[in-house]
Amino acid sequence: MSAGVVTIVAVVLIVLALVYYLVSTILALRKITKTLDVVIGHVGEIIQKSEPVNGIVQAINQQLDAGVELLEGMLVQKAGMTDAVGLVEGLYPGSAAAGFRSFPESTTITAPRIGEVYTQGTLTLARLGREAPIAVGNPAGPALRDVVRASLSARVLYPEVRQTRPEQMPRSPIIGTDSPVVYPPSEQRGGTTPGPAEVAEKGPWSEVAAEGIVPAEAGGSDAPRELLAEDPQLGSEALGETTGTEETRVDPGAGDRADATEQGGPEVPEGHEPDLKDAPHAPDSGFSKD
Amino acid sequence: MTLWWIGNAILLLVLLPVVVFLLNGVLKAARSIVPSVESIASSAAAGSKDLDAAALLVTTQQQVEQTVAGVANYGGSLDVILDDAS
Repeated sequence: MSAGVVTIVAVVLIVLALVYYLVSTILALRKITKTLDVVIGHVGEIIQKSEPVNGIVQAINQQLDAGVELLEGMLVQKAGMTDAVGLVEGLYPGSAAAGFRSFPESTTITAPRIGEVYTQGTLTLARLGREAPIAVGNPAGPALRDVVRASLSARVLYPEVRQTRPEQMPRSPIIGTDSPVVYPPSEQRGGTTPGPAEVAEKGPWSEVAAEGIVPAEAGGSDAPRELLAEDPQLGSEALGETTGTEETRVDPGAGDRADATEQGGPEVPEGHEPDLKDAPHAPDSGFSKD
Repeated sequence: MTLWWIGNAILLLVLLPVVVFLLNGVLKAARSIVPSVESIASSAAAGSKDLDAAALLVTTQQQVEQTVAGVANYGGSLDVILDDAS
């Protein structure tokens, strides 16, 4: 075999290899191109279908934001910021920390504990009329008030024991010296002891009532005896005098002859006469004592 | 003559294997792209089908608009019949 023949065979082999692999590559690339055409078609559909999504979603969000602002504003306006936060916290525990979107200051409010019954809301709904659906304690339970039920059914909303008709009710507070809680006179001069709200409303001057018009340490009526003015018989020219004894001097068996002006009264110092100028004159019955 | 034989040897033992190796690599790379592109095509088709519901967003927008308008009317009525807190 000559060298020329070997050369020709080698070149033919190389050309065959080139043809095989290049043709295979071309076929693969054509397949890729066709598939990419399909992909481009689908991507075009995706772009076309998703084109209005942004605008629509933004419009929906704007409308929902407007609704949220409306509801939040009305809730705060009608219930007040503190109660509004408490109501939302009662419905969705933990939401008070997030606060209202339209009221950033709501995040700083400590949410009050508002139970199932919101008194202000219940009263407002009750004021709207008998047909108003006051509340439903449990969605699965009976309506607490509607046109066919008694209007007093709403009472069961409240933690009040009287509507349960118990056999014994707690006794009323005892008033008097034997009452379980006795307030010194300097703390009560009529009315109730002013609280912080009343003090804030009336001014700082009303705080003095909490300590008495005249405090005990300044010689008020409940001050120690040594601080009071000398008036050993708790008397004065205006008040008169006490007898100073528990003994009954008026003869209980004397009947109409009993005379407190002669038999009772304080010990009159010698040389003095009883002061009877303020004693009322008894109407003349026409009968003399003797 | 000797140099010719040496050239033939290089042609058969070096050049031909190198050409075959390189072309085989190109062919393998091209063929490996095909399944990836096919999966992309199927994913794009599925994505396009999923977006068929995007047209319903127009209806959703209209319903949201009507709902918010209803809430506004309801809130306005409540604003009239309920007293403010303060």
